[in-house]
Amino acid sequence: MVTDLRARLGQSELPNPILTASGCAGSGRELAQFFDVSKIGAVVTKSVMLAPRAGRPTPRMAETPSGMLNSIGLQGPGIDAFLQRDLPWLLSRGARAVVSIAGGTVDEFAELAARLSDAAGVTAIEVNISCPNVEHRGQVFACDAGAASAVIDAVRRRARYDIPVFAKLSPDVTDIVAIARACVAAGADGLSMINTLLGMVIDTDTMRPVLAGTTGGLSGPAIRPVAVRCVWQVREALPDVPIIGMGGVRTGTDALEFLLAGATLVSVGTTIFHDPSACVRIVRELEEELAQRGMERVTDAVGLAHEPRAAARRRLTGNVL
Amino acid sequence: MTQPDGEAQAGPVQVRGTVLTVRRVDAYYAMTVVAPGIAARFRPGQFVTLAVGGPVTAMLLRRSFSIHDVRADHGGTVEFVFSAEGAGTRWLAERRSRDVIDITGPLGRPFPVPRDPVSCLLVGGGYGSAPLFSLAARLRDRRCTVDFLLGAATGDRVFGALTARRTGRTATITTEDGSLGARGVVTDMMGQVIHEARTDVIYACGPMPMLRQVTSLARRYDIPVQVAVEELMACGIGVCMTCVLPVTGTDGITRMVRSCVDGPVFRGEQVRWDDVGTIPFDAVGAPGWEPRRRAAGLSAARGAPRAGKSANGD
Repeated sequence: MVTDLRARLGQSELPNPILTASGCAGSGRELAQFFDVSKIGAVVTKSVMLAPRAGRPTPRMAETPSGMLNSIGLQGPGIDAFLQRDLPWLLSRGARAVVSIAGGTVDEFAELAARLSDAAGVTAIEVNISCPNVEHRGQVFACDAGAASAVIDAVRRRARYDIPVFAKLSPDVTDIVAIARACVAAGADGLSMINTLLGMVIDTDTMRPVLAGTTGGLSGPAIRPVAVRCVWQVREALPDVPIIGMGGVRTGTDALEFLLAGATLVSVGTTIFHDPSACVRIVRELEEELAQRGMERVTDAVGLAHEPRAAARRRLTGNVL
Repeated sequence: MTQPDGEAQAGPVQVRGTVLTVRRVDAYYAMTVVAPGIAARFRPGQFVTLAVGGPVTAMLLRRSFSIHDVRADHGGTVEFVFSAEGAGTRWLAERRSRDVIDITGPLGRPFPVPRDPVSCLLVGGGYGSAPLFSLAARLRDRRCTVDFLLGAATGDRVFGALTARRTGRTATITTEDGSLGARGVVTDMMGQVIHEARTDVIYACGPMPMLRQVTSLARRYDIPVQVAVEELMACGIGVCMTCVLPVTGTDGITRMVRSCVDGPVFRGEQVRWDDVGTIPFDAVGAPGWEPRRRAAGLSAARGAPRAGKSANGD
């Protein structure tokens, strides 16, 4: 049986639901040395800002059990270079580009959306709202429903109508459903979750924090249960909103877990550092997992864990056959 | 004065390599892995990364090691040297012949090699000397003379002292405890070696403080120096942005460049040693930084200085 892996992202049809996670794939160029970037659902680019940015001092990284902390500080070349060099390259390779944007103010986000809308070939915009709001004492947009919806509203207004806007949510909030609702009410076409969790490691020899930035974002398989829980809760509350699920996906089985929790697409992040060709391997593994369960379409798996009886029936049918 | 770019830029491959041998070499381990694709593409100064801990490992980050040597046997093998200090490298040390290991390479920019037959001094600290021997062979192919200056804390931590003595025109060894060669550090002996060998070009690999000292001495003698830096890396392929350091390009502009793809080999004087571990205020994109001109901003955006392109000959 051939499993139909095709998935939708706004108006676009993707060959499969496996994406890269922002910040773990650059703009795709480096990974293209290891696999054909047009063979995965889409490349989600590293968050781009208006101006070039040098990021934080080193050390920027610490390995943790089944995960890592990073404190990069959004180093990047800025939107001009991205539009001139990275986006055309991705399109020339036949890849679909989901562009992650980051800013310190609502206006910056809006301008980035406008710039991307003038360029051809952007499949979707992912809004990285886990940035400090410089106009509000550095409070992270994603941690405040009002600030988050202000950004999403501004981006949605400036982005071309046919480019879907996804809000990337932080798990470091009391009620992720409340933030999700606010973003959707502000016009988000979908939600990406989760961003990293804030963490910290102290070097017991130097007796100082390991990271130059003191704290960093925790990612990798260590956070997967948190991510699955967030996707589950948001799917439960907003069953019609497309979700890009991510957080510690390492295998096709992990990707399936996110689909069952309610994600329509799945991003692979930190695992790329462990295995640069992980995305294509996970596409293959997911196809096998679905086939083993007798599922003809990947879309059949989406949100299935929310329907216990339906799933039980399916299992029974499988046994009979 | 370097190799043509195309030759050096055959991309890396990720393969499942079979372990041929793991052997102890003084305080270190040397592992040889069958990896024909990596061996065929290798240039001295490049490195490999390995996944450690097996399929369900809790250690997600690949370990990176500079390539010591490649050989043609078994279709092509790659050897690298490591110190079993952490959980990941201890796991590597426990591998046995015929184990299969996930290895990616060759990564990074290699050492540029002079076209003319010049006098080269190769300086290594600890097992940082590992990549210098294949470099020496390549230099000798170009009829360059090779002098070695190797150092470490103790005699058993000087990697390749014997090979250096056998293959170098001269080999000077220093140890901090005096257990092998002269007591002291490599930079204590560097001036003397440079005078005696009439050094034209210096290559160095080892801990960052040593590279900094070697660079400053090389500047004093006005000798071009190529260094291979050691920075903490997560991916080794240029996507994670953790291994950055401030490097001034030939255009005079400082950028935070990735040591994995823009290095690990840099011209010593282009690395801002005093500012490693910080974001210099004048680095592209530093807080408060403004492009001098719009054009400057755009060229900055085009990325890292091509450290490997203008080599030691100029």
